[in-house]
Amino acid sequence: MTRTKALIALEDGTVFHGRAFAGQGEVEGELVFNTSMTGYQEILTDPSYKGQIVTLCYPLVGNYGINPEDMESYKPHAAGLVIGECSRIPSNWRSTIPLPQYLEENGIFGVDGVDTRAITMHIRDKGAMKCVISSTDLDPESLVAKAQASQGLVGRDLASEVSVKEKMIWEPQNQKQTLKRVATIDCGTKYNQLRILQNLGCEVHVFPNNTPAADILAIKPDGLFLSNGPGDPEGVKQTVSEIRKLLETGLPTFGICFGHQLTALALGAKTYKLKFGHRGGNQPVMNLATRAVEITSQNHGFCVDKDTLDPNLVETSHINLNDQTSEGLRHKKLPVFTVQYHPEAAPGPHDSMYLFHDFMKSMGVN
Amino acid sequence: MPKREDIHKIMLIGSGPIIIGQACEFDYSGTQACKALREEGYEIVLINSNPATIMTDPEIADRTYIEPITPEAVEKIIAKERPDALLPTLGGQTALNTALEVANLGILEKYGVEMIGANAEVIHKAEDRDAFKECMKEAQVETLISIQVHTVEDALKAADEIGYPVIVRPSFTMGGTGGGTADNKAELKEIAASGLKHSLNTTILVEESVYGWKEYEMEVMRDHKDNVVIICSIENLDHMGIHTGDSITVAPSQTLTDVEFQEMRDATIRVMRAIGVETGGSNVQFSINPKDGRMIVIEMNPRVSRSSALASKATGFPIAKIAAKLAVGYSLDELPNDITRETPASFEPTLDYCVVKIPRFAFEKFQTSKPSLGVSMKSVGETMAIGRNMKEAFQKALRGLERGFDGYDLKCEELVKDEVLEGKFAINNPDRIFRMKTEIKNGMSIEELYQRTHIDPWFLDMLVQICEREKEILDAPELTAELMKDAKDDGFSDAQIAALRGLSELEVRKIRKDFDIIPKYRVVDTCAGEFEAYTPYYYSSYGISDEYRKSDKPKIMILGSGPNRIGQGIEFDYCCVHTVMALRELGYETIMVNSNPETVSTDYDTSDKLYFEPLTFEDVMNIYEREKPEGVVVQMGGQTPLNLSVPLAAAGVPVLGTPADSIDQAEDRERCRVLLNELGLKQPESATSMNVDDALETAQKIGLPVMIRPSYVLGGRAMMVARSEDEIIPFVKEAIKAAPHHPVLIDRFLENAVEADVDVLCDTEDVYVGGVMEHVEAAGIHSGDSACCTPPYSLSPLLVDRIKDACGRIALRLKVRGMLNVQVAVHEGEIYIIEINPRASRTVPYLSKSTGIPMAKLAAQVSVGRKIKELNLPVFGTPNYHWYAVKEAVFPFNRFAGVDPILSPEMKSTGEVMGMDYVFEAAFWKAQIAAGQALPKEGTVFLSANDESKAWMTDIAVTLHGLGFKIIATEGTAKALAEKEVPAETLYKLAEEKSPNIRDYMADGKVNLIINTPSSAISKQDEITIRAEAVTRGIPIITTKWGALPSIAAIEYINKRDWTVTALQEYFLASPSGNKFR
Repeated sequence: MTRTKALIALEDGTVFHGRAFAGQGEVEGELVFNTSMTGYQEILTDPSYKGQIVTLCYPLVGNYGINPEDMESYKPHAAGLVIGECSRIPSNWRSTIPLPQYLEENGIFGVDGVDTRAITMHIRDKGAMKCVISSTDLDPESLVAKAQASQGLVGRDLASEVSVKEKMIWEPQNQKQTLKRVATIDCGTKYNQLRILQNLGCEVHVFPNNTPAADILAIKPDGLFLSNGPGDPEGVKQTVSEIRKLLETGLPTFGICFGHQLTALALGAKTYKLKFGHRGGNQPVMNLATRAVEITSQNHGFCVDKDTLDPNLVETSHINLNDQTSEGLRHKKLPVFTVQYHPEAAPGPHDSMYLFHDFMKSMGVN
Repeated sequence: MPKREDIHKIMLIGSGPIIIGQACEFDYSGTQACKALREEGYEIVLINSNPATIMTDPEIADRTYIEPITPEAVEKIIAKERPDALLPTLGGQTALNTALEVANLGILEKYGVEMIGANAEVIHKAEDRDAFKECMKEAQVETLISIQVHTVEDALKAADEIGYPVIVRPSFTMGGTGGGTADNKAELKEIAASGLKHSLNTTILVEESVYGWKEYEMEVMRDHKDNVVIICSIENLDHMGIHTGDSITVAPSQTLTDVEFQEMRDATIRVMRAIGVETGGSNVQFSINPKDGRMIVIEMNPRVSRSSALASKATGFPIAKIAAKLAVGYSLDELPNDITRETPASFEPTLDYCVVKIPRFAFEKFQTSKPSLGVSMKSVGETMAIGRNMKEAFQKALRGLERGFDGYDLKCEELVKDEVLEGKFAINNPDRIFRMKTEIKNGMSIEELYQRTHIDPWFLDMLVQICEREKEILDAPELTAELMKDAKDDGFSDAQIAALRGLSELEVRKIRKDFDIIPKYRVVDTCAGEFEAYTPYYYSSYGISDEYRKSDKPKIMILGSGPNRIGQGIEFDYCCVHTVMALRELGYETIMVNSNPETVSTDYDTSDKLYFEPLTFEDVMNIYEREKPEGVVVQMGGQTPLNLSVPLAAAGVPVLGTPADSIDQAEDRERCRVLLNELGLKQPESATSMNVDDALETAQKIGLPVMIRPSYVLGGRAMMVARSEDEIIPFVKEAIKAAPHHPVLIDRFLENAVEADVDVLCDTEDVYVGGVMEHVEAAGIHSGDSACCTPPYSLSPLLVDRIKDACGRIALRLKVRGMLNVQVAVHEGEIYIIEINPRASRTVPYLSKSTGIPMAKLAAQVSVGRKIKELNLPVFGTPNYHWYAVKEAVFPFNRFAGVDPILSPEMKSTGEVMGMDYVFEAAFWKAQIAAGQALPKEGTVFLSANDESKAWMTDIAVTLHGLGFKIIATEGTAKALAEKEVPAETLYKLAEEKSPNIRDYMADGKVNLIINTPSSAISKQDEITIRAEAVTRGIPIITTKWGALPSIAAIEYINKRDWTVTALQEYFLASPSGNKFR
């Protein structure tokens, strides 16, 4: 029953102990935590986790295995997975392979036997930080030095690493006819965003993240969709300037997460890095127009500074009830609205699906 | 919108006595609601018949009515108090049903009372089978297909429509008998016929079978702005077909992907909206086919429930408190999350631990009923445990169950060593989980276990992992630090490891501590550590993070009473909560330790610190060593903490209250005898014998009549009283047969003795006798099962004074510091001491409610050194009050098929009610109604007397005849009545198999009261059948003279006058001594 020991070393010198349950080796990344109790498959395959080592707060993971349907991209992107206890057997009628096998097949390093609450509370107090997990180098000092020397996320363009390299088209599903043509700038889009648009009758053209505005306009889109994505929004200046051009055309635009941050930057606002981000499926957000509360799925380490939004141009449409941070903006003149959280859920609650319908309406579909 | 200003006075309905399916969780929710609403400035009027609740403490509501929860009483209170609103969603099914009746009777309309939380339409939609189905269709949620039929032919047609297999559920049967699963026509023919025969109204339900499917529950809240949040998901380890209250359950759900979980969440929200619950908490039950994921909604409760109490404790989210605030107009985002303070209540709690609940059963009390689980709930209590993983939580919960297991240990294998894991045992026996351990160790595969038990493979693997670790501990050459840490992570207790290694628990403890493996304490914080938590609600685990917060205040630790069981229930939680309150008032930091999620004591608001932990030596010692309190209170939580007092004291823990030696003196038979002799007090003579000859001699020595009982036998056997030598031999033989190799106990039987309970407070120098509670039933019936009255209604003042004097002297001699309970019997003018309990007793809350003097609080003060002299109590005296408070016991006979509902020395009641009035007869009458035994004012009475009872039964008949009752009787009884010229219709005996017999009368609803005395110690089958059926049909039944006499007096009294309702506050204000101590 003894498994290989593994260490989790943080840049501030803290070291946590665990055991390798999937793969061996050494990986660096930013250590973050996610509080969702379900959805590890979606989290692992969410491109926004590029460059990050994900700690799951809920300690029992792998219980329902991995299935082919719940993928949020073509492969897992998280650099590593840190959990309490990995289930030995998956128990669910849709499961096709166990979690450890899936991680190993994709070269993702998994560590369990870890007191994930201790990590969570450490990050909560000290902030998300650079980290190395290793089963090959078990010398704490050496690992801490490696963590300190690692690259970190600030200023980094990770979107380019996860974006499609060539344009792809997602055909509409379950609809008699194509209702609208949507252009998506893929900074790391989750499949469920595209699936929802598909199911609403959209033909979705997925463009690489640095595609010039003119190329996008060339397909004569009815609307623009800006996806989520990993890393620092200030690290993708090129994309921001293309988005600025696209917004100016008056194209109906909907952005999620990274897309929200890029839109804000394009409209002249600033973003900043949160201490430890919002990652989980229980974040309360208030829609300021209706005063209704949505329970939302979130995954972001950076945030739009809502005080830097030009009040003549843009209004804050949603706020986070836990810390009052920006969760959405709406342009006062243009048909542009974006949210920081994930209305497509996957994983998480479906309270905010109405936003996709709002997007359809902004493109003239009722 | 902030709170409503258009309502000022709100009436709340409590849930009444503790019964199976409705326990102290509703005291927890009701108390929270009362506090929350008063905090907002509303005036609260409360009705609850259960005196053993915190919510009926006079300081919790403005007006507290301990009255029967019936529409009639509710109307009287509404007429008197004129509340603006009625909140029915916090008192369980009782409150909901009563509110619905009150609404349907037009009472709310008449007095202009608005129902808040859920209105009559909502309740109807959720409770009515057809309305619910219709509503679910609109919500696009699948329900079970079922068809109600009255004939076998229609059953076959229904099954054709539904498709096999089908489940046949007979409605209205004795303890849920009959019915089953049919795979084909032939089987259905047989099962349907049997079901129709068993159904008292010849109705069966033919239902699509989901037997073996997975079962889930979602706890949900909604506010008036239509914000809906899921508080907690719960997955049952036991499959569909076993009542969720009887299932081992786990939170959060374990084997659902996010997609499936969110589908269930969406469906829950749609159900909430469709049923139309405007504000508050509800729960929705789902079933999922493990083969393809098809999801079905089973039912929804538009109110807080047992599982919402569990969800509150599992997550830290106070559902009842928030529900109350939502009912008066707040929305979720306007309310803060108490635990984090900075974040709002409009969020969904997320856990970073695993919670396991295990039910506790009482089948041993009802031996004629087979221990099998089904759709009707049987468990009487539950325990919950929190761990970092399922194995840890499960093993902790097994310790907390207090069945003597130290985890999933060797002892639980022993319990079922003669069973085989197959057939019915494998799918519905409550102890199957223990048999599985042996099978796992014998190498049965998970697949095979799943086939036999329908328990999800994920859970099975957890059990397998525990068994593997057990083997590792057993086989290891030595206990290394690593192995110890692994064992602790998997929830193994010191005692469990000790048993495997041939060591003592203390030795393992020492080894473990030498390795520096000690538990860490973590906070239940609703947010998985994302935000700082301020609420000191802890559980233990063996990781590295520790959130224990130091404080410099003097601390006292209070040990709770663990899971409810028959004999140890809410009364002890009440005492613990009062202790906490009193010690907090004195400036102590109070530390509560308990494992029962239903209780007020495990509300994180009750004490300064709450440790949700099993009440074992190891778990308590660990907390003790962390907290280093100045003392530990063990005398308030019943036998559970009392049993820990000796090992704790031996380990150097300062146990507060009565010294351990005094406890031993009271509990050791021989030492107790010496003590009483010294005090010049009498005890009934008793002795034991091993064989018939010996027994005969002993009985002659003691003198007839004698009571004969086997030792170590539990169960509903009538006590056997031998009045002649002829009777001794068969009774002794019977007793030996029941418990071979154990001695037979022979006591002198004090025939027709009056028994009384006395609760005494003592500070070693002075004594205060809280009250003498005279039992209605004679000695020989368990004190917990007998109705009783305070002040005594038949004992002379002189005798009462002598009883007080005797009990006071016992307390002083024992150097009691705190509470002492004494049971006495008065026989032919002599006082006999039956039992001495050196702790708070079951009667403390009832007595406190009766007198307005909070005994438990005073005892807590005394236990930390305050003197009775300082408390301003009448020394050696009871308070001067001029009303009667009658306590009546409530029984679970209707849950156990065919059990004879007679009273015996073995306690069987689950709860109690109180009736209070200025007249004894009225108080008694109220108590009977509240206990569900509403005595009739008119109608037909069936009398059936054994030979000894004929004389008094005839007297009763004369009275009833005079009041206009029609009397029916068995032949012998009718003859006796004829001699007194009381006309009676004679019925055939059941054995004669002719009509009309009593069963025909019962079936036609033509009997309003049954008075039937058992004809011999071992009751005849005829009589058992009659009594059991009366219980099923809800016909009041009286089986003793002592119960019959006050009942008839009450009927006579109430025939001449109406009755009134009076709030506790009114009684106590009018009392010369009551108000001062509130």
